[in-house]
Amino acid sequence: MTSLLIPVDAYLVESLPTVWFGVVMFSLAMYVALDGMDFGIGMLYATRDDHDRETLLSAFGPIWDANEVWIVAFGTTLLAAFPAVYSRLLSEHYLLAIAIVMALLMRGVAPELREQRDEPEWHRRCDQLFVFGSTVTPLLLGTLVGSWIFGTAVFSLPSLLTGVGLVALCLTSGAAFLAAKTSGPLADDMVRFGTLSTAAYLGGVVVLLAVVYWLNPANVRALLVTLPAAAVVLASVGFGLGGIAAARQGRHKLWFGTTFGLSFLLVGLVATLLYPTIYPASGLTIDAVVVSPLALNLTTILGLPVLLLVLWYFKFLYGTFAGPVDGEGYST
Amino acid sequence: MIPAPDPVFSSVVQFAQTSMLLSPELASRAQFGWTISVHILFASLSIGLAPFIVYFTWKDVTSDEESYTRLREFWIKVFAVGFVMGTVTGIPMSFQFGTNFPQFAEAAGEMIGGPLAFEAKMAFFLEAVFLGVLLFGRERVSDRTYILSSVLTGAGAWLSGFWILVVNAWMQTPRGFELVQRNGMEIARLTDPIAAFFTPRMPWMYVHMMNASVIAVTLAVAGIAAYMIWRNRESKAWNTALRMAVVLLLISAPLQAIHGDAYGRHVAETQEQKFAAMEAHYDTGQADLHLIAIPKSFDALTDPRTDNLFTISLPAVGSFLASGGDFQAEVTGLHEYDDNPPVALVFWSFRAMVGLGFLFIGLALWGGNLLRQGKLRESTRYLQTMMLASPLGFVALLTGWYVTEIGRQPWVIQDVLKTNDAVSTTLTGAEATGTLVAFVVLYIALLTAFGFVLKWMIEGELERMGVRKREESGRPRMPWVKGDD
Repeated sequence: MTSLLIPVDAYLVESLPTVWFGVVMFSLAMYVALDGMDFGIGMLYATRDDHDRETLLSAFGPIWDANEVWIVAFGTTLLAAFPAVYSRLLSEHYLLAIAIVMALLMRGVAPELREQRDEPEWHRRCDQLFVFGSTVTPLLLGTLVGSWIFGTAVFSLPSLLTGVGLVALCLTSGAAFLAAKTSGPLADDMVRFGTLSTAAYLGGVVVLLAVVYWLNPANVRALLVTLPAAAVVLASVGFGLGGIAAARQGRHKLWFGTTFGLSFLLVGLVATLLYPTIYPASGLTIDAVVVSPLALNLTTILGLPVLLLVLWYFKFLYGTFAGPVDGEGYST
Repeated sequence: MIPAPDPVFSSVVQFAQTSMLLSPELASRAQFGWTISVHILFASLSIGLAPFIVYFTWKDVTSDEESYTRLREFWIKVFAVGFVMGTVTGIPMSFQFGTNFPQFAEAAGEMIGGPLAFEAKMAFFLEAVFLGVLLFGRERVSDRTYILSSVLTGAGAWLSGFWILVVNAWMQTPRGFELVQRNGMEIARLTDPIAAFFTPRMPWMYVHMMNASVIAVTLAVAGIAAYMIWRNRESKAWNTALRMAVVLLLISAPLQAIHGDAYGRHVAETQEQKFAAMEAHYDTGQADLHLIAIPKSFDALTDPRTDNLFTISLPAVGSFLASGGDFQAEVTGLHEYDDNPPVALVFWSFRAMVGLGFLFIGLALWGGNLLRQGKLRESTRYLQTMMLASPLGFVALLTGWYVTEIGRQPWVIQDVLKTNDAVSTTLTGAEATGTLVAFVVLYIALLTAFGFVLKWMIEGELERMGVRKREESGRPRMPWVKGDD
């Protein structure tokens, strides 16, 4: 019966494995863009007084959990399409992967626990946990992605620089989101922080690329001087500078849009440096590790339409909470 | 020149290597078992609370009764905290197939990857997005959208359970695949998705688990409601909640026993070894059914053989149940297998689950009788019993899962892949033991925090009802706070 509905011996389209490589990267990009913004809020939280902290938590409250689900979408999509990569990436970076989920746990529970009790000492502990989790998660996640694409050990210079770069990017998108949602001194501070972090991010990317060009892990040097990689890097510089300009002109929503672009460009760079390989440490290519046609066709038919529906949910969620935010929550 | 090893140091190292560190396999199994045990408490909390949330939201929006507003607010808050705990403990689950059991993930990727990805996309997103609306959107969306959000949040939880159980049921009764070589290892290639998703175990497991979650949460709701009534007999809201819980328990508890009986027969047909472990049945032949087993000695706790137990047994009824009607039927004994699951864990877990199941039926009938007489709120003894019983539904749920998962050993995929062949080959005992310890510490902290949150919420509700005074300073000190803050 299934053979009538779903082709068993051939992919629905020949390039379906590449399409799913794209879906995996898209999920990662959504995660970096959306939860990256949450991490940014969590890091900037450390710079705020109690009044502003309530505002930051109000901005964070209704959206973070949905944003975080993108990491699960990324992981399970990787498992569904490329199980060998999922297995190796996680088992060969065991401690890092476990540390990421633990840091993510701290980030997630801290604000929820904080609001359950009105006591300064309790708030202080939860705040520490929140800032710690929000800082460490992107640092480690970037390190993991760096080790993945450069096929290096966990604590290599390129992988650590990727982690630092991701932290700077998260700061930028968090600052832009908060600037778009607030006004007054808080928004002004966000513009200041965001400008610095954008500069740090762009500088970090340049240093990272120089280091990998020099060290040449996983023979990545040849890929760096290709047109797609150069285009992604140039576009990042353009979006970064454009974002700073928009921030200074007070066009905060546009600025936030550019940070979204920066996140997608970063993951675009990851994809460019991998493709058509998908696990450089073992030299595995997409075609070598993709699941069989029936499994991938099924995941396509059942999964892709749902992914579109998920994007609609997000539109609805962000539409419901579209207004500016203060300590009381989102205004209508 | 390498200095001679310090004898004290090397003996410490040897001790660490031989005694303190678990093998990667044992540590991985313990870690997965521990993390899933904690996660499943929160996952089943979401599943079981879903009907309550939908009902309270609907009644709150459509009627003017203030008691429903309070019930909605209280239980949505519990749901929200539980959901956050479920999310943060669920993310490690979705990665631990890869970190600790990569051979399993790679071999079964085609079979389990799809359902797990559907779980994230179809269910988890649905629940997370609409919970955001449910928690923060009361004033921002129409009444109808608000009720719909509660339904979608609940549906997300139930759908999530569906896809996760598709995966687990396939591991119990795998089919719809063929074994082929890929990248130097044997992997399961999907050949028939319908067979693979709707395995023989799937419907049994889904009904049993969803109902178990409902029972567990109903008992928790009943326990909290009983406490509130005990402190304030006139509380309209909590009397409503307790009545609802008793009625729900009257339906769900007997259903679980009837369903569980048939489920047991299905296990006997499909997983003979597990069934034998559940009954500690060693010698192939006619099997008795041990209704009640009491250990004669401490040995019986770890080695539950008939010689070690006082049992009240129905002769040959084990055979009758396993075969569906034949008292003479031969039941395969554990001696037939080279490698058996830890029998004692399975045997005692099974007894704990079944025993609790009957206790719940008793509590339901008692409550139903009081309800009929209109004496529910007056019976202090019943209220106190329900308070004590409030966590037991979760205990039954966990022990049921121990029967299912430990009983499947030594297999991770029944008759296809053994657990010790699935464990990471790059993992060291030190890494695995270290992360296990970290997870134990972290999750105990998490459970403690959740316990405190529940306690504070209950205290807040008592204050609101005016039966508990706010303390002098407005807030009691945290236990660890010294001096003035």
